[in-house]
Amino acid sequence: MTQTRSMLLNVGPSHPAMHGVIRMIMELDGEKIKNVDIEMGYLHRAFEKMCETVMYAQCFPYTDRLNYVSPLINNVGFALTLEKLLGIDIPERAKYIRVIMSEISRVTDHLTCVGASAMELGAMSVFLYMIKAREFLWELVEEITGARLTISYVRIGGVKADLTPNFVDNAFKKIAEVRKVLIEADELLTRNRIFFDRMKGIGIISAEDAIAHSVTGPFLRATGVAYDVRKANPYLIYDKLDFEVPLGSAGDNLDRYFVRMAEMEQSLRIIEQCFLQIPDGPIAADLTGEVIPAAEMVDSAKMGQTAGLIEDEVSLDPTLQGSTRKYYESISADKKSVVLPAKENTYGNIEGLMNHFKLVMYGHGIKPPVGEVYFPVEGANGELGFYIVSDGRDHPWRVRVHPPCFPIMAALPKCLIGGMMADLVPTFGSVNMIAGELDR
Amino acid sequence: MSPLEKVQEQFTAAIIETHSFRGDETAVIRPESLLAVAKFLKETPELDFNFLMDVTAVDYLFFAGGRIQKEFRFEMVYHFFSLKHNHRIRIKVPVDEKNLEVDTLNSLWVSADWYEREVWDMFGIKFKGHPNLKRILMYEEFVGHALRKDYPVNKRQPLIGPQN
Repeated sequence: MTQTRSMLLNVGPSHPAMHGVIRMIMELDGEKIKNVDIEMGYLHRAFEKMCETVMYAQCFPYTDRLNYVSPLINNVGFALTLEKLLGIDIPERAKYIRVIMSEISRVTDHLTCVGASAMELGAMSVFLYMIKAREFLWELVEEITGARLTISYVRIGGVKADLTPNFVDNAFKKIAEVRKVLIEADELLTRNRIFFDRMKGIGIISAEDAIAHSVTGPFLRATGVAYDVRKANPYLIYDKLDFEVPLGSAGDNLDRYFVRMAEMEQSLRIIEQCFLQIPDGPIAADLTGEVIPAAEMVDSAKMGQTAGLIEDEVSLDPTLQGSTRKYYESISADKKSVVLPAKENTYGNIEGLMNHFKLVMYGHGIKPPVGEVYFPVEGANGELGFYIVSDGRDHPWRVRVHPPCFPIMAALPKCLIGGMMADLVPTFGSVNMIAGELDR
Repeated sequence: MSPLEKVQEQFTAAIIETHSFRGDETAVIRPESLLAVAKFLKETPELDFNFLMDVTAVDYLFFAGGRIQKEFRFEMVYHFFSLKHNHRIRIKVPVDEKNLEVDTLNSLWVSADWYEREVWDMFGIKFKGHPNLKRILMYEEFVGHALRKDYPVNKRQPLIGPQN
């Protein structure tokens, strides 16, 4: 008597084709996938619990580590939710800067996703080209925020620092370089027989299934459903920008690849438009005092030599460039109860110092009214929503993240079951799972 | 007519409280009518809430340092979204600490499956009729529910290595 049994195969938690730590238990019939069980939580760092223990502004470094490929979007999402809770508006220029930084992040995220999934199918050179392009963009991010990944750049009521004087020129140069890479990658992949055959018709999900699983982002748009938070519920200044929402039709891996490639182009377009529309920042001419090193100002303030200090400007470390007083006003909301004063004011006069301490001291800080808000932004993988409950004190009572990967991972078995084991690699690659936001 | 007004009109007796803080329309409803309200939200053409965007819970133990008293300790929070009409609504359901059980929405939205597993994992709220209610983020051997307010933030439960 012959007996047929299906084979159980563990993929992960630590496997080169798993983008992060996740475990899939597969039930195989030969090479066909009969069933998949996804086990996650290996990167759970208690983001939501930690946020309950710190003050509102201290949550930002935690949000950097949610989606670690596009941390700026997490920052923006959290700040917007808080601003909704506080009921404050931010200056136009800060809005544009937030949009520029979000879109740069979206491109880096898509570059990583497409590059990594191409590499897993053997196209190593495309991966290297795309990482090169991502490097150009991260240099831009570094120029503004002072860091590459753990940026903590967005502040409640604004951003940390203004754009550097030659940022626009640099950005246009880098965007041109990224465009070149995108054309190169397109030439290497789109009409590549191996890539095409392994993507086309693989990992299909229907629009109905995607909606039933509450899937959003490129994964949903590849099925032909036009839902983009930037269009449906425009936040910041997205309603003033002209961009398209690329759509697929088949809902397979190839369409997800096309959607991501087209979205990168749209994001670059958005950045270019922002540079044309952005209101002017401060000009150097309005300076009345002299420029002194920050340490010198602190010393003279400590010795009580405060005369004339209020007019002076400090020269800061390059990582803090663009956050001195003259820039500060155009990028922060004029609201003393939530926005930290510029460093010159903190060190140079008593009002600024008191204001600073009122905002950073334990038990004081930012105190939103009692209530709850939910605010969605378009993350690189889909709708990224924050839900904050405030009890009127300086700590959040509850912070909940709606991670875009989470419903996609729940829907993933739909794409895998019935397919071949080898198709797991491109399908899983097209999800762009980020364990940081999936497990929080 | 906003979605909240529609729900209010249809389920006058089931609604405990409504508010629209910062424009987020919210209805707090009685647990026994959750399934009926959810069905109404999904199947009424003028509402058509086809996305169950998010499911979570909040623990109100010692809320605001005990200054604000809530009748029940937990609250389930559901965020719905309609693609066709582009509107949202939040439905909240109070959950009694003595009877930690709510109906599952799995039969209406498949996405509820994992969300509810996470709520079970983090808050210990059970879902009546859920097909596969097991922990999702934590491991099976984990004792307690981490997002409850009485779970200490620095408590360690390592599977291997030194014990707490």
